[in-house]
Amino acid sequence: MEFGFTTAAYVVAAVLFILALGGLSNQESAKRAVWYGIVGMALAVFATLVGPGSGLWLLSILLIIGGGLIGQYVAQRVQMTEMPQLVAAMHSLVGLAAVFVGFNAHFEIGNVAQVMAIADSASQADLSDLGAFAKLIAKKTAAELAILHVELFLGIFIGAITFTGSVVAYGKLAGKVTSAATKLPGGHALNAGAAALSLICLIWYTSSGGLFPLILMTLAALFIGYHLIMGIGGADMPVVVSMLNSYSGWAAAAIGFSLGNDLLIVVGALVGSSGAILSYIMCKAMNRHFVSVILGGFGGPQGEQMAVEGEQIAIDADGVAAALNDADSIIIIPGYGMAVAQAQQSVSELVRKLRAKGKEVRFAIHPVAGRLPGHMNVLLAEAKVPYDIVLEMDEINEDFPDTDVAIVIGSNDIVNPAAQEDPNSPIAGMPVLECWKAKQVFVSKRGQGTGYSGIENPLFFKENTRMFYGDAKASLDKLLPMID
Amino acid sequence: MKIGTPKETFDGENRVAMTPDSARQLQKLGYDCLIEKGAGAAAGFSDAAYKEAGVEIVKTAASLWKAADIIAKVRQPNETELKRLTKGKTLISFFNPAGNEEGMELAKSKGANVIAMEMVPRISRAQKMDALSSMANIAGYRAVIEAGNNFGRFFTGQVTAAGKVPPAKVLIVGAGVAGLAAIGTSTSLGAITYAFDVRPEVAEQVESMGAEFVYLDFEEDQQDGAATGGYASVQSDEFREAQLAKFRELAPEMDIVITTALIPNREAPELWTKDMVEAMKPGSVIVDLAAEKGGNCKLTVADEKIVTPNGVTIIGYTDFPSRMAAQSSSLFATNIRHMMADLTPEKDGQINHDMEDDVIRGATVTYEGEITFPPPPPKVQAIAAQKKPEVKELTPEEKKAQEVAAFKAQTKQQFTLLGVGGALMLLVGLVAPASFMQHFIVFVLAIFVGFQVIWNVSHSLHTPLMAITNAISSIIIVGALMQIGSGSFLVILLAALSVFMAGINIFGGFLVTRRMLAMFQKS
Repeated sequence: MEFGFTTAAYVVAAVLFILALGGLSNQESAKRAVWYGIVGMALAVFATLVGPGSGLWLLSILLIIGGGLIGQYVAQRVQMTEMPQLVAAMHSLVGLAAVFVGFNAHFEIGNVAQVMAIADSASQADLSDLGAFAKLIAKKTAAELAILHVELFLGIFIGAITFTGSVVAYGKLAGKVTSAATKLPGGHALNAGAAALSLICLIWYTSSGGLFPLILMTLAALFIGYHLIMGIGGADMPVVVSMLNSYSGWAAAAIGFSLGNDLLIVVGALVGSSGAILSYIMCKAMNRHFVSVILGGFGGPQGEQMAVEGEQIAIDADGVAAALNDADSIIIIPGYGMAVAQAQQSVSELVRKLRAKGKEVRFAIHPVAGRLPGHMNVLLAEAKVPYDIVLEMDEINEDFPDTDVAIVIGSNDIVNPAAQEDPNSPIAGMPVLECWKAKQVFVSKRGQGTGYSGIENPLFFKENTRMFYGDAKASLDKLLPMID
Repeated sequence: MKIGTPKETFDGENRVAMTPDSARQLQKLGYDCLIEKGAGAAAGFSDAAYKEAGVEIVKTAASLWKAADIIAKVRQPNETELKRLTKGKTLISFFNPAGNEEGMELAKSKGANVIAMEMVPRISRAQKMDALSSMANIAGYRAVIEAGNNFGRFFTGQVTAAGKVPPAKVLIVGAGVAGLAAIGTSTSLGAITYAFDVRPEVAEQVESMGAEFVYLDFEEDQQDGAATGGYASVQSDEFREAQLAKFRELAPEMDIVITTALIPNREAPELWTKDMVEAMKPGSVIVDLAAEKGGNCKLTVADEKIVTPNGVTIIGYTDFPSRMAAQSSSLFATNIRHMMADLTPEKDGQINHDMEDDVIRGATVTYEGEITFPPPPPKVQAIAAQKKPEVKELTPEEKKAQEVAAFKAQTKQQFTLLGVGGALMLLVGLVAPASFMQHFIVFVLAIFVGFQVIWNVSHSLHTPLMAITNAISSIIIVGALMQIGSGSFLVILLAALSVFMAGINIFGGFLVTRRMLAMFQKS
């Protein structure tokens, strides 16, 4: 009876989760979708508490409330520019929880085996002092137990990688760890070694069922997560974060298998595929293979790169203001630099002023701008930029030739014409925003350095490009009073 | 150093290479300026005006050539003048190096450096010293004015009480600098203006000046202006035939024809044949700006105006710029001044003859006792290369065939995937127990649903998507809740920690998603 209710609730919850993800197809339905997700989660937790999870429910509720308070506090305090860190931090929690639950499953198998050894047969064994999960284990045959071992092994493995990987990603995004790609001597051989060790542990564990191989594997997986993400540089973070998102889903799914819980499996698979698709989109936007991103760093150029000729011509705020006052159509291309300088409010104010004068102002967002998929959209939304003037690369790229002024704020590689013009460039073939086709381009940039990929950007040397040096926020604030 | 400008010796030449204005600018570069007495008189610049600008007046040509280190003049120097050059002197003028072998030899033997103004390469940076263009501009303007002077009617159409006047029809052949200037003048006088050029890419410029571009019914030719430095080149016979046929068709209608077609270092091509002249109405005017090089019309007599038996006036003057000496002198002097500015980067009145510089190298024909003509091609191309041919429009059949092929490929791919996937499932099913298979099917279906749903998520909502999947992935709490009722303390502890962490995640994830989504506003 109780189990029937639980299953029904799980089905409803699963449907609600699917609706929640599907609702994100546009901004308006998304506001409804988040409620589907909340209701689905509440239903799932409630059904589990009254159903198979009964026992210590008071403690459970207290813990959920306690965790919830912290979660609420964090969610309200977080700055939108810190969103990538937050997401990474939360992934680490899911990863760690998956590891714990996996270990618990292992202990329970041991406990059940003990109890069964005391009583002669499972049907007569006194399992009442064990949890609901234990009852489930007790019914399993030997073959099923072997599979169970593999499942929980995988759950722990993926969970551990997710945990350390997310912690490192968090550190890099929050600036607590250097964002440059760093590897221990030995490089990927170390990762491969750790992976091989884990495989040996798997065989060992399935045959013996002991705790030691499990712990050894966990340590190896923790190392892989750490070392893999340390070797990936800052601008590849969108891929890393979505990949970790995917992993946290697969970990949940693997745990779901070992616990025999369909809801966990469904949700884990949803999250896993979502993260995988996001990673794919990000990689495609950089024209790189997933593997090459994960293995870190840019491959060296295949040949002589084109020398960049000309000089970077600087311009002051007066010049930019004059050009903006004359322009009819303007496209703004924000990048990570805008997030770093916290310039989104100034950008929004500039847009508001320009639009009040009847000018057409739009934003062009490259899929990998920022450190998180969709990072720029969220920052602009926070600054109250209407989302219908914020366009994707494919929607706006053809409009540059008809545009009077393009303003590049803190982006570099995503507006690099070398991707199209120089077949030997490391980023050759990467889709880029063709802002140089606009009549005039202003680049707001801190200094003369190169972008993440370390390649010179010929855009800065083009005849219609002017460099507006300085901190993005300070520069824009200087510009604002001059727009009239 | 001293810059001197002698009086032009060529008969009928009114221009002068230095004006009081340009002299002031040259002095800012650190030079002293000299001018021969009366050099500017024909162009309307009196000696007094020069004196006022701080220019020293020199009585005779001989003493000026002697005193000046740099001599700037307009016309190609004659033998007497060249003989006055000495080692170290620099001469800047038109020089016609391609047809002036003896002149170059003479300058070389004297050891002088000669900069030929017509050799300034056609690149953006050098436009300010492109004297050919500035002179051509004047010639184009003057050609229309001369034509008007000899044309008995209005340019513009009028409807008056005394009757209707049709507008004049003007055809301009060759839309180079002179041609474009003529188009501008002619359209602003009110004539209906047609223009033709062998380079189809100038059609846009022609139309922007208000004239109609005459297109040929000719497919093959797509001459790339960039390859020849922006100048026209020789045409194929077929093209010429198509072009002449078009002109023959237009000839009876045209009141004024201005031909400006020149090919560098060649005789002017014949474009306006005798029969076209005969087909024109009496009173029509032809101005042949190519008269110096033999004329685009073979009836043209250089430096003369003739009237054909059927009453068509043909003007073959070769001195249009000189006929507007005040204007052309000031433009030429400015070109010279810009050339000097490039030669004196330090503004210290000392020439720095930099043979690495594209512009200076290109224009120099003799340098330190060597003939440096012809120059190597400039490193920068003058004109944007022609657009790549557009992707061919597909016919409906081809499109359909493509779609069918794409569909087939997709179907094949899907079948392969399904086949491989199915086989794998079967393999798993053979070894795995039934209870596992149940869950496995749920798992595969969920992935499938996930893929279908996530592709539709809008790009701008990727961050909220990550936050919400993050919140949802803390469904792992369900697993922890199932274990928390265990008897073992260790299990309870770990499960409790998991519940706690998942709790943070659930609330944090959903709330932050909601916060973000609330921010997305429509304008």
